[in-house]
Amino acid sequence: MLEKINKQKLVVIGNGMAGIRTVETLLERAPDLYDITVFGSEPYGNYNRILLSPVLSGEKSVDDIMLNTEQWYDDNNISLRKGETVVMIDRRTCEVVTAEGARVPYDRLLIATGSNPIILPIPGKDLPGVIGFRDIHDVNSMVEASNSRKHAVVIGGGLLGLEAANGLMKRGMNVTVVHLLDCLMERQLDPVASGMLRKSLEERGMVFKMPAQTQAILGDDHVTAVRLADGSELPADLVVMAVGIRPNIEVARKAGIHCERGIVVSDTMQTYDGRIYAVGECVQHRRQTYGLVAPLFDQAKVCANQLAMKGFASYPGSVVSTKLKVTGIDLFSAGDFAPGADKEEVVMQDAARGVYKRIVLRDKKIVGAVLYGDTVDGPWYFQHLRDGTDISQMRERLVFGAANLGDGGHAGQNSAATMSDEAEICGCNGVCKGTIVKAIMEKKLFTIDDVRAHTKASSSCGSCTGLVEQVLAFTLGGDYSTAPKIKPMCKCTDHSHDDARRVIIEQQLKTIPDVMKFMDWKTDNGCHSCRPALNYYLLATWPGEYRDDQQSRYINERVHANIQKDGTYSVVPRMWGGVTTPGELRAIADVADKFKIPTVKVTGGQRIDLLGVKKEDLPAVWADLNDAGMVSGHAYAKGLRTVKTCVGSEWCRFGTQDSTGLGIKIEKFMWGSWTPAKVKLAVSGCPRNCAEATCKDVGVICVDSGYEIHFAGAAGLHIKGTEFLAKAATEDETLEVICALTQLYREQGWYLERMYKWCDRVGLDAIRKQVVDDMANRKALFGRFSYSQQFSQSDPWAERAQRGVDRNEFVPLAELELA
Amino acid sequence: MTQWIEIGTLDDIPRLGSRVVRTAAGDIAVFRANDDEVFALDDRCPHKGGPLSQGIVHNKRVTCPLHNFVIELKSGEAVAPDQGCTRAHPTKVENGVVWLSLRQAAPAAAE
Repeated sequence: MLEKINKQKLVVIGNGMAGIRTVETLLERAPDLYDITVFGSEPYGNYNRILLSPVLSGEKSVDDIMLNTEQWYDDNNISLRKGETVVMIDRRTCEVVTAEGARVPYDRLLIATGSNPIILPIPGKDLPGVIGFRDIHDVNSMVEASNSRKHAVVIGGGLLGLEAANGLMKRGMNVTVVHLLDCLMERQLDPVASGMLRKSLEERGMVFKMPAQTQAILGDDHVTAVRLADGSELPADLVVMAVGIRPNIEVARKAGIHCERGIVVSDTMQTYDGRIYAVGECVQHRRQTYGLVAPLFDQAKVCANQLAMKGFASYPGSVVSTKLKVTGIDLFSAGDFAPGADKEEVVMQDAARGVYKRIVLRDKKIVGAVLYGDTVDGPWYFQHLRDGTDISQMRERLVFGAANLGDGGHAGQNSAATMSDEAEICGCNGVCKGTIVKAIMEKKLFTIDDVRAHTKASSSCGSCTGLVEQVLAFTLGGDYSTAPKIKPMCKCTDHSHDDARRVIIEQQLKTIPDVMKFMDWKTDNGCHSCRPALNYYLLATWPGEYRDDQQSRYINERVHANIQKDGTYSVVPRMWGGVTTPGELRAIADVADKFKIPTVKVTGGQRIDLLGVKKEDLPAVWADLNDAGMVSGHAYAKGLRTVKTCVGSEWCRFGTQDSTGLGIKIEKFMWGSWTPAKVKLAVSGCPRNCAEATCKDVGVICVDSGYEIHFAGAAGLHIKGTEFLAKAATEDETLEVICALTQLYREQGWYLERMYKWCDRVGLDAIRKQVVDDMANRKALFGRFSYSQQFSQSDPWAERAQRGVDRNEFVPLAELELA
Repeated sequence: MTQWIEIGTLDDIPRLGSRVVRTAAGDIAVFRANDDEVFALDDRCPHKGGPLSQGIVHNKRVTCPLHNFVIELKSGEAVAPDQGCTRAHPTKVENGVVWLSLRQAAPAAAE
């Protein structure tokens, strides 16, 4: 009882999405800190307001969109006072006062009163049959009207108005949309996209009066018609005013809390009264108000952190994207696309296919995008917009989207909206569209991470991320949250990979626990995602000094073999430059016989893979291979894998240089180095490029006058040709450039970020400058690479097979007789 | 009555690591958390049968090496939103010696 008295009191005004998301997050962070009371004017629990449109159109029911049932409030000891409206905040006594006169004291107050529809001040606005489109009550009124009446007029051709109009049309009404401007959804669309949208809605039967101004709503005891400024009249049994929303600041303003258009809050979501917080549509932050869900959730997270007294988060504002929730119409818009002298535009239009794309650029960066008809790349553009990516390298192909840049993976399928429920979206994990939609609805998911966690869709190779985001956008109507701009390493921390790398150097941190302690990790010992990353960063930063933590290595790197689906392992000995000998082949054949290895296969990297080796046999297999002079091929490593070669001038009639010899030289110098992700090389003896060097992380093309060095290619999940880096005159110079490049990647790359992704992120020019142009820097990088190599070139197989390293790893702890 | 079997010493298992105990009924993965608490689970992930003993151990959980299912070491339950459970076996550590008590599977129906 005593404890109860000591708890602080949190009162929440507003039972909507922003307020309740704040409470949910608060309960996760600090479950016992507050006694919580929630006031909600509506007689319901918390529901998903952005899904009101599908309820109106009959695609979903009210129950489908409930987020928190009354049971949830009970379970969490929250006192829900639904149907009660707070009319006054008494800041002197720290109490809120309800319409019925009840007074409830608070220690902390959260205002989440949302917004109200704007009702035009015209004659007839109060007539029965004139409504807004804001809550379940409005939707019920519209559904009721559609059952008995015929003509509807929607005032306002914005997002909300069109969704209302579409819903009423689906319910069988004749709908006319009256819009003040000659461009629909003018805040999200440009005139061309707006025209296409209008045409396609007209084909469905919607009628538009625009530009047109509403002068009066006519009728005696119920609305009968709408009169426009030109004198014409439209018959109307129902009028929906959807001309915009206005932050609901009444109660805050009356209490003397500073308000402008909304309740003014700081980056910590506090109002001018430090005890009073505000989140959601009622808020004005850095002169901006928001009417979409994603920003509200960002705000809720920061506010909950503050309330939980873990005040390290702050809200920097949000960039938002929009999607229209009208079934069968694909429309996406984000950012700023108003014309301007400093902006450039890339436009593609295919009227017959109904496709329009307009990408707005400023200073080599995407600042806005409008897509109509084909929106699969919306999230991709949006990501680049938020990241501020320099797009000059991909500009000429930018408008064709991620797939045409070899960045998409999912050929052919580009519109989730038209896919059937049985259509497979995630090929890796076999997840079809229906499963994702069901999970989003049933488990109340809002973010791509939520969907990944619950369905596994896009959690493996990630190439279907765009499609999954589309399904999310389509199901939720575009108000979903996209990935934050600066990604934390994992759920164990709010810090990014760059933060960790920087702090390790600045603070001279030399163990994983030290890093976690200094950076305030949220978990005791990290997870499978952050520990291997930190282990790599420490290893790459402190060569020769850091003691590799085996328990923070993925199993393949811990046991120097590749785990297979049945728990056996595969073994790949190194074949320098892809060259082998009869002796080595005999030894491999003998090992395969001796250990009854079921499969022997040639790999893509010009070596031989022994598959199905039992873990306890590994040291003996390695011992035999070592005896024949072979060492680990590191086929399991986030490190140097292979150097693929063609036969070159030694045999080939076209060869210009000794590509095989150079490949072997590079491999002998670079093997054993750990890198953020795997590194594959190739050397081709002439531009015919038989070693396929132009799709590798690093590729060398020999020409008569020397060596062309290329890098940042890929031929897996993504297909990407390499970029030209430099031309070298000699083998030694070639080696130096490649090692310097690899060292820069080792120092800057995020763990698991392939070289081409790193290049995308930091920019080709920046890399070229440091590795090619700045000679002193190249030498320094090469020096650091060489220094680090002296600690890494010890064959891990020999260590284990002959010197008993990690012996325990390969033998059972005990063997028990009984069953 | 619990039957305890001695399986080795605490030092035999690396911190934040695991070892395998072979039995006729299949492998048991024995884990050691950072605070030296010891856990035992059937060495089969409920997802696709991956060997949990080969996973990364963190915060009294293990991540399966095949598809990153995360399993609670104490209960064998998959961490939400993943679903599934692998059998957990009681363990104890006395004077640096690790003991295991095998929980039997439900008796199979007579053939």
